[in-house]
Amino acid sequence: MALTIPKETYSGKIYNVQLGSGAKAVTIGGASALPFLSFEGTFPNRPAVALEVADIAPDDWPETLKKAIGGVSANPVQWAKFCQEQGADIVALRLIGTHPDQQNKSPEEAAKVAADVAAAIDIPLVILGSGHAEKDTQVLQAVATATRGKNCAIGKAVEENYKTVAAAAMANDHKLIAMSQLDVNLAKQLNILLSQMGFDKERIIMDPMSSALGYGLEYTYSVMERIRQAALLQNDPMMQTPIVCDIGANVWKVKETMAPDAEAPEWGGLEDRARAWEVITASGMLAAGADLLIMRHPGAMAKTKELISELM
Amino acid sequence: MALSGVEIFKHLPKTNCKKCGHPTCLAFAMKLAAKQASLDACPDASEDAKKLLGAAAAPPIRAITLGTGDKAVKVGDEICLFRHEKKFFNPSVFAVAIKDTEAGDAAAKKIEAVKTSEIDRVGQKLRVEAIAVIETAGDPAKFAGVVKQVVDGAPGVPIILVSKNPAVIEAGISHCADKKPLIYAATAENAEAMAKIAKEKKASLVVAADGLDALAELSEKVKGLGVEDLVLDSGARKAKDMIEQYTIIRRAAIKKGFKPLGYPIISFVGRDDALSEAAAAAVGVMKYASIIILNNVEKWKMLALLSLRQNIYTDPQVPMQVAQNVYKVGDAKESSPLMITTNFSLSYFIVRGEVENSKVPSWLAVMDNEGLSVLTAWAAGKFTASKIAQFITESGVEKNISHKELIIPGYVAILSGSLEEKLPGWKITVGPREANGLPTFLKARA
Repeated sequence: MALTIPKETYSGKIYNVQLGSGAKAVTIGGASALPFLSFEGTFPNRPAVALEVADIAPDDWPETLKKAIGGVSANPVQWAKFCQEQGADIVALRLIGTHPDQQNKSPEEAAKVAADVAAAIDIPLVILGSGHAEKDTQVLQAVATATRGKNCAIGKAVEENYKTVAAAAMANDHKLIAMSQLDVNLAKQLNILLSQMGFDKERIIMDPMSSALGYGLEYTYSVMERIRQAALLQNDPMMQTPIVCDIGANVWKVKETMAPDAEAPEWGGLEDRARAWEVITASGMLAAGADLLIMRHPGAMAKTKELISELM
Repeated sequence: MALSGVEIFKHLPKTNCKKCGHPTCLAFAMKLAAKQASLDACPDASEDAKKLLGAAAAPPIRAITLGTGDKAVKVGDEICLFRHEKKFFNPSVFAVAIKDTEAGDAAAKKIEAVKTSEIDRVGQKLRVEAIAVIETAGDPAKFAGVVKQVVDGAPGVPIILVSKNPAVIEAGISHCADKKPLIYAATAENAEAMAKIAKEKKASLVVAADGLDALAELSEKVKGLGVEDLVLDSGARKAKDMIEQYTIIRRAAIKKGFKPLGYPIISFVGRDDALSEAAAAAVGVMKYASIIILNNVEKWKMLALLSLRQNIYTDPQVPMQVAQNVYKVGDAKESSPLMITTNFSLSYFIVRGEVENSKVPSWLAVMDNEGLSVLTAWAAGKFTASKIAQFITESGVEKNISHKELIIPGYVAILSGSLEEKLPGWKITVGPREANGLPTFLKARA
């Protein structure tokens, strides 16, 4: 009995979304088949990896992570340059200092940091608010204006604030990260709402809401697989936006990346364990269709990029 | 390929004798089609029918058991390509590779690592299940020596014998012949000799070939030689080839009913760099590898891989559940706040994570609601005032705290009145609706 390779017939394709400009611009998306199945489709762009930078020295990042970043974490500009030197495709600036529970920094302060970071690097920039839906509307508006022309991705637009955030992205020619809560239909719904207000769906990057290995990874994994199937097999234009997975923020707050060796001897050494936690979480997201990963540990990023090379 | 009930019915006696326990042959046929009955129940089925229906009823991917006794593991028997379609049933087995040149101390260390690999995660015991002994020296006696060391050192742990030389396998299997080992591997060159050993010793056998066409041809051949418990190695070692070839194998077996590839997959992911090896193994877990051979099984590596395997093989229809308990988050004291949520693992993880974020030591009461989230449990009548009151009273949490205040999720604010009635003397406080509101909420109180 001879084997006939069972191929899927894909009718859809993921949009190409370019970030940044010039020689270091990065394009994500473009896949015409399920992840890495080159025998039945094409993958013009490899998944990109962004390293995360915070606008204020993050006090809640575990020691292992702080050590890996070195002494630059108090200065977002130097930190961003460090990320570029480490080989990140993109820098993801998270304006955590603007959160009312953090330093409640003003939109103007955030805008200055964003502009300074954008000027200091030649790789593309992703700019994320603090996750406080209300405050983010003001912050992201100021930031979008201050980085006009840099072709950034700004976010996250969520159900509560998508109109203002999308308007800011649109007015300043940025791409938009739109996050929904771990649900195929909600992801689609948000893209529809954005399209209805006139935002070009081919400028959206969808965030299905990430989770860490061991802490609900399987939910994100299956939601992403279903989104990708709807996009490619059912040709659903509202599902054909590239997917971003914001994994660092999830990975570096679980016990496995924080518990010292003495506290969990049966878990092995903290440094290896923590780095592996981010890499294996990343591998899960890649297999499910991630086009962009936001990570925190430079070593974990490097290993993830090695895996991506092996998968392409 | 699966047959429909009507197709199956054509081959039944049509006597409606009821001996199978079903009222009619048609009803029985429907049960057979749904895989809820076995043809064995029909005493009058013809040999032809048995043959035909047996082939059709066989799972698209054959189930293989490695080892015997309570440490035996089953692989294969999968029915879908994506976990959300139904579920992945038999988790990938992890095995550590011990080379014949590692005889003695190095082997002893790896054997010990396997024996002490068990971890407890969300109520499940997870471990490295098997050991692969790898021939590199071409010396049957040396190989047999390591096999013996493994059998003696890790009694009951399933063994994979790795050599393409039949004489080496013969020597090794003499120490584990009754333990249902897996032999690696039959190739185009040695198929007859390997099949003979596997048949004699009732061992399972890997067929290894370079590429899928050669693999399908070889598995047919070996099956023809009388060995049915087969495992496949298509030669994929790079992550890309693993995803592509394993996807084709799984699709061919499940969607096309292509029998020559309807067996579990074995994957060798050994890398010099430990983290690279972990990443390749992760690809195997997600993309259909049933047996994964690792060079080393460091504790940190296995914690990550076993957690991933647990995530991927969880039933998407049955939410993961956390044990009902009052958990201490941080250095909770008598005066620390007490919160309640349901035992849906995701609810628990998210709530716990946010409480940890707040850095306010707290007590977190997790109530068994059969793994439903707060709103769903409330809607299903499993998160009601009287049930919560009963849980809080019986939990004995009152002994640990000096106050009587319970913080309930904002989504069930409606319960606060009736809870105060059911829990006399308690103050019920309505917390935020979403877990991400907890840090602000808790800090404001502290």
